[in-house]
Amino acid sequence: MLKVRQALETAPSRRAFLGGGAVATGAILLGFTLGGPRQARAAGGPDLTGGPAKPNAFVRIAADDTVTVMIKHLDMGQGNTTGLATILADELDADWATVRTAFAPADAALYNNMLMGPVQGTGGSTAIANSWLQLRRAGAAARAMLVAAAATRWTVPAGEITVSNGVVRHAASNRQARFGELAEAAAAQPVPQEPTLKRPDQWTLIGTKVPRLDSAAKTDGSATYSMDIRRPGQVTAVVLHAPRFGGVVARVNDTAARAMPGVLDVVTIPTGVAVIAKDTWSAMKGREVLEVAWDDSGAETRSSDAILAEYRERLKNPGIVASQRGDAAGAIGKAAKVLEAEFTFPYLAHASMEPLNATIERAPDGTYDVFAGCQIQTIEQAVVAATLGVTTDKVRLHTQWAGGSFGRRATPGADYFAETAAIVKATGGKAPVHLVWTREDDMAGGYYRPMVVHKLRAGLDAAGAVVGWEHRMIGKSIMIGSPFEAMLVKNGVDSTSIEGASDTPYALPAYRFEVNNAREGVPVLWWRSVGHTHTAHAMEVFIDELAHAAGADPVAYRLGMLKSAPRLSGVLALAAEKAGWSSRPSGKGHGFGVAAHESFGSYVAMVADVTADEAKLKVNRIVAAVDVGIAVNPDIIRAQVEGAVGFALSSVLRNRITLKDGVVQERNFDTYEPTRMSEMPVVEVHIMPSTTAPTGIGEPGVPVIAPAISNAVFAATGRRLRSLPLDPGGLKGV
Amino acid sequence: MVKLTVNGVAHSVEADPETPLLWVLRDHLDKTGTKYGCGIAQCGACTVHLDGEPVRACQTRIGDIGDARVTTIEGVSGKVAEAVRTAWRGLDVVQCGYCQSGQMMSAIGLLSGNAKPTDADIDGAMDGNVCRCGTYQRIRAAIHEAARSLA
Repeated sequence: MLKVRQALETAPSRRAFLGGGAVATGAILLGFTLGGPRQARAAGGPDLTGGPAKPNAFVRIAADDTVTVMIKHLDMGQGNTTGLATILADELDADWATVRTAFAPADAALYNNMLMGPVQGTGGSTAIANSWLQLRRAGAAARAMLVAAAATRWTVPAGEITVSNGVVRHAASNRQARFGELAEAAAAQPVPQEPTLKRPDQWTLIGTKVPRLDSAAKTDGSATYSMDIRRPGQVTAVVLHAPRFGGVVARVNDTAARAMPGVLDVVTIPTGVAVIAKDTWSAMKGREVLEVAWDDSGAETRSSDAILAEYRERLKNPGIVASQRGDAAGAIGKAAKVLEAEFTFPYLAHASMEPLNATIERAPDGTYDVFAGCQIQTIEQAVVAATLGVTTDKVRLHTQWAGGSFGRRATPGADYFAETAAIVKATGGKAPVHLVWTREDDMAGGYYRPMVVHKLRAGLDAAGAVVGWEHRMIGKSIMIGSPFEAMLVKNGVDSTSIEGASDTPYALPAYRFEVNNAREGVPVLWWRSVGHTHTAHAMEVFIDELAHAAGADPVAYRLGMLKSAPRLSGVLALAAEKAGWSSRPSGKGHGFGVAAHESFGSYVAMVADVTADEAKLKVNRIVAAVDVGIAVNPDIIRAQVEGAVGFALSSVLRNRITLKDGVVQERNFDTYEPTRMSEMPVVEVHIMPSTTAPTGIGEPGVPVIAPAISNAVFAATGRRLRSLPLDPGGLKGV
Repeated sequence: MVKLTVNGVAHSVEADPETPLLWVLRDHLDKTGTKYGCGIAQCGACTVHLDGEPVRACQTRIGDIGDARVTTIEGVSGKVAEAVRTAWRGLDVVQCGYCQSGQMMSAIGLLSGNAKPTDADIDGAMDGNVCRCGTYQRIRAAIHEAARSLA
């Protein structure tokens, strides 16, 4: 079972939230169990059965035998549509060739994420975890209804009927019917409240390489992303945003912009000035000649270097205690050896391939249709409704395939939905508006992974064992000032700032974790694996330093401190074995590094094989081991871990968002360059067999990549590159 | 008025000759399989073929195309295209999929001129195509797989 560690949220607050959380127009109050299934279970959290089985909400069987599974989540590439459909189709005994998916409408009553309380949304690697029992029960109930319909039609006992591959059979009377033939009669059957679920040995799809349902449409140009929505009469809007966060429009001269061919209108909205045109190119050209003077009196005007310097200054003072045990300072004072380290992390943009965009259309009856890569449908619906001055039932969401997100499409204020709605409002809803953010808008538009600094100090005894650990960090909280603050911030500690550190599974006899909350005007947001993006790196590089200081093998040293964390030590041992850790190269420019970390209830270890010298740093191979409970689709799990490496590698090697006098400097892929083909290491993924309920894998591959690489660089060169991105200057003279 | 031949069909487009092909395909001709990613030829999401050669549509002005044949993901066909598409599907290369039209158009271009590309050839031909989901390992495997199936 999952280990119950220090609960960052208390059970009473969760229950209060689950029972009384309200999502209301203009006053959104909600809470996430962002820690995922582990914390939910630790806190005695939600009932993941989803209550009575709901076949009608999740599956439609048509007369032509097609089985359509309703997907309540956003698929931004993680493959959850295939996984969710697999879970339901297996219990239904559907013919996989007939299975289709459709994105569900916004309906928090039917489609809430049970790990987010009354909110429909995708995040925290929860799609499979929160749907597992709900979809199995829906599929099993639908199957039972088909069987009941057949039993009635054939007047045979239901117990004699079998179902396989979309066909219902009664062997004794040699009768059979396809799902489509029984669908109408089955719909009239009572819904079984407690349908019998299959035993794992009866699964035919779960645990197998079911092909992705989206491969065909994504390889012939027919998949429709939000960017591809084309409504009759649609216009395109691009917005000139303030160059500095917090800046507002002072004066507009739109004469030249309005004179540009194709430009239809120019309107000022709360977030800037929108140029509306017949097509995207005309809107972009119109914006180029738009003249706006900005009022920066409330804007963030500092450079990121200055903000970082302030962080370091503030780190000299104690922070708020997030967790502690014993007397860490006292233990370190008496230690045989003391190590200290500082880790800095830059702002990071998500930089999804599909820049942010959304379309909103006003229907003749005053209701609205929203087409976008909807990620927190409940908030997005509420924000659009509030902006347009209607009730939420007047706003319909149409979720589209999303060209990546990595967290960016889910903002607590539904920022780009609100912006689209503001343009619709300013133009009276006379035409459907497609808001398009250019790459530059997307990259310079904020909502970054926070800039963070960690300072660590630890003491070892004469045998090399940790006796005390002091850990202090500073960064801007994602939750403070958001609608989530009341639920997820306790005594000034945002659990997502320090998750993965203050709840470390390493056996530390005395420790003290402190948080300082920064308050700069740069908007920050969760970025694929949230707090773990930096906590895992600080923890896993520092542990590695301690292992070396103790003269110990970095794998053995970790295992010795993870005796009460069997799933984490399990993946660590597996990755080490598969990578050939015991026969690893011994320096001279070639080295192996290891890291292991739990996030969102999933356990991942990686061994990085790196060659490095002053001129070049090359990651040759990554061997990963993962424990995500039952592997619903092993091939998609492997793909997510491979992809996590490709996604995160550029943030290890070079990516950073910097500000000069408040202005973001990196605005496109030339200065914020993602990983490219020639840099991609070979990635091997090993999946730990498990009978535990499944957890997620969208995010958990990311946290261990940077520390595994950094530790490998140390093994190869003897140089400890702590901060991210890794500074090649640190390898001078190697 | 600019004349263009896209996927074998002649079009007359009401747009400035300076307009990038990308926006004409997407906004005038509703060929939305070709994607906008960066607008500065840094990501390759907009890759199409001009007389069979991969080009970045965001940097190709329609006034410069003349008689050249434009082929997009929706219209690309032939043995190489089918081999690439089959390999992409067989290996489940896609994740978000937004970059994959461009990836496939670059891969088809590579395999059309090089029946048996090495890993270095693949790096050379594909380094201009960014996949933020990091599907490179499968893209590489799919190109090798397509080459094998064509041999």
